[in-house]
Amino acid sequence: MNEPGLKDIWVYLSASPLLGLTITLVAYGLAYRLYLKTNSNPLANPVVTSVAMLIILLLATGTSYSDYFEGGQFVHFLLGPATVALAVPLYQQFSRLRQLWLPVTISLFCGVVIAAGSSIGLARLLGGSTEIQMSLAPKSATAPVAMGISEKIGGLPSLTAVLVVITGITGAVLGTKLFEWIRVRDDTAKGIAMGVAAHGIGTARAFQVSSQMGAFSGLAMALSAFATALLVPWLVDLLEAWIPA
Amino acid sequence: MQFLNGITLLLVYQLVGEITVRLLGLPIPGPVLGMVMLFVTLMIRGKAPESVDQASTALLSHLSLLFVPAGVGMMAHFGRIADEWVPITLALLLSTVITMVATALIMQVTTRWFAKPLPEKEGGDE
Repeated sequence: MNEPGLKDIWVYLSASPLLGLTITLVAYGLAYRLYLKTNSNPLANPVVTSVAMLIILLLATGTSYSDYFEGGQFVHFLLGPATVALAVPLYQQFSRLRQLWLPVTISLFCGVVIAAGSSIGLARLLGGSTEIQMSLAPKSATAPVAMGISEKIGGLPSLTAVLVVITGITGAVLGTKLFEWIRVRDDTAKGIAMGVAAHGIGTARAFQVSSQMGAFSGLAMALSAFATALLVPWLVDLLEAWIPA
Repeated sequence: MQFLNGITLLLVYQLVGEITVRLLGLPIPGPVLGMVMLFVTLMIRGKAPESVDQASTALLSHLSLLFVPAGVGMMAHFGRIADEWVPITLALLLSTVITMVATALIMQVTTRWFAKPLPEKEGGDE
């Protein structure tokens, strides 16, 4: 054995969080550059491209998700403080919010109930298992919240995290086109809809359209995280009583 | 130092949120309660300290990055997603579109209903 180095280095790296953390940041950096190169085309959403790059890389090197997550968890962990941080834009938009409190409250309540109700209903209609229905139910809320709810109502938190990300991407990619079609031009309405349906990934997209749309999307994401946590477990019980699976 | 103070404060609120939720058996996740408590604090203080503002802007401006590790988790669920891909993809796609369209329309309509009389009434308020 002349070169014991390479294999030893790989053994070391694959057991250390350094590699997982570094490739996450590098992949996102590349994905973000690509996104800017395509003039912020929603189809080149940096979450999609970086997740795709990372999965291909992990599969190609035979690295398991749990090994990768040793490093990835440091990024994932920041979702917690980021949720707390939402209090700041919420506070800064409070005067706008106070003016519009009634429409915002009604839209949020309806949006959260429609998001959870339609995903449970559609999944059930299409023959999805209860586990899948419950994993889908909180998909429009931001990841840490959705995972917590999923666990409480009998879903799989880690599957919910994936569904949350796909939901956010779907919202971010389709959002602006949809609003054009239904002729909603008001940035506050677009922002609220984006935040309710597509949480943080939608909000990141909304900030690119206008800062007002971004602020309202962030606001809707924060409020709907709260509303989802309160309403969804109750809605699940209600649905159980009405339409036994 | 500002940034460090800000991130520390966010973590303290998250920690207090997590502990309170567990102690009282509340049905909401800890970070959400932390957010509510921070919001109430900001309302009482009447302004967001520079440190909290900096830390929250930094975290929220790279919000999509934070979802990447969870998204990669898809590879751990390939089997389940492949088994039930029809209900998963259709329910997810349709429900997201329905939610977005319905919420945008409801917000637009209710804003028109309730916001119209506001400009006159607001005058005395401010």
